[in-house]
Amino acid sequence: MFGMSTSLNPDQFDHFRRLERELDELLGRWRLPGAGIRSVARDTFPPINVGVTADRVDVYVFAPGLDPKQINVTLENNLLSISGERRIEVPEQGSFYRRERHDGPFRRVVTLPEDTDPDKISAGYRDGILQVTVQRQEAARARRVEVQ
Amino acid sequence: MNEQQDVTTRESERTEGPARTGESETRSEFFLAPDVDIYEDSEGIHVWADMPGVSRDHLDIQVNKDALTIEGEARIDMAEDMEALYADVRTTRFRRSFALSAELDTDKIDARLKDGVLNLRIPRRAEAKPRKIEVSVG
Repeated sequence: MFGMSTSLNPDQFDHFRRLERELDELLGRWRLPGAGIRSVARDTFPPINVGVTADRVDVYVFAPGLDPKQINVTLENNLLSISGERRIEVPEQGSFYRRERHDGPFRRVVTLPEDTDPDKISAGYRDGILQVTVQRQEAARARRVEVQ
Repeated sequence: MNEQQDVTTRESERTEGPARTGESETRSEFFLAPDVDIYEDSEGIHVWADMPGVSRDHLDIQVNKDALTIEGEARIDMAEDMEALYADVRTTRFRRSFALSAELDTDKIDARLKDGVLNLRIPRRAEAKPRKIEVSVG
């Protein structure tokens, strides 16, 4: 009746999760001396994945609930920056039990492989994922060598 | 935690669970708990959940035995020969459950999905809408 029926109530769970994250960051800092200088703490909004193929680099930005026109994407010296702001409307009446979703400005910077061609960049937004595709320069592509 | 929060939504599970049966692969899999905002007003409970990459066809909302479960699979366009260079997101499956309480009308849940954000409205039963209780003095 007062939340005692479950062994862990949500607040305790949140504490546990935070502890886990802090520990992870603490250990991660030691375990990964080579982490990028622009890398960010876990749970930073928006999360990003980067994938490469022989001829292009794809960056996936998990940023739901945005107007794609309001997202700034720039590429300069192999640094891809994604910035914008997500405003969460606060209802006039009622009260929040949870506010976990990111609210406010955001910015992520990713270092791309050096052979990317800054003139060949495109971006699309679907179902809350921004996908930025940058082509790699021809010369850098792996070529198949025929064995005679 | 105050009493009001207790009688509204309580989480029953968090980040992982077995894969659903009826799929070709039945190995257990990790799920990502979507970030949520939850608020309550005089009409009922409102839930927003960030589920980037999830389209309507890959979203599943279930209410059974007073538990609400939202589940979805993100679709990400990837070339077959792609290699991961960096990944914050390591699973494409979202799942999160909440325990519901009896005064919520689960037959009238309204769900909308836009740009990867799920919005649920769970109305309170008519008889459970707030009434002002007069406190008599004396």
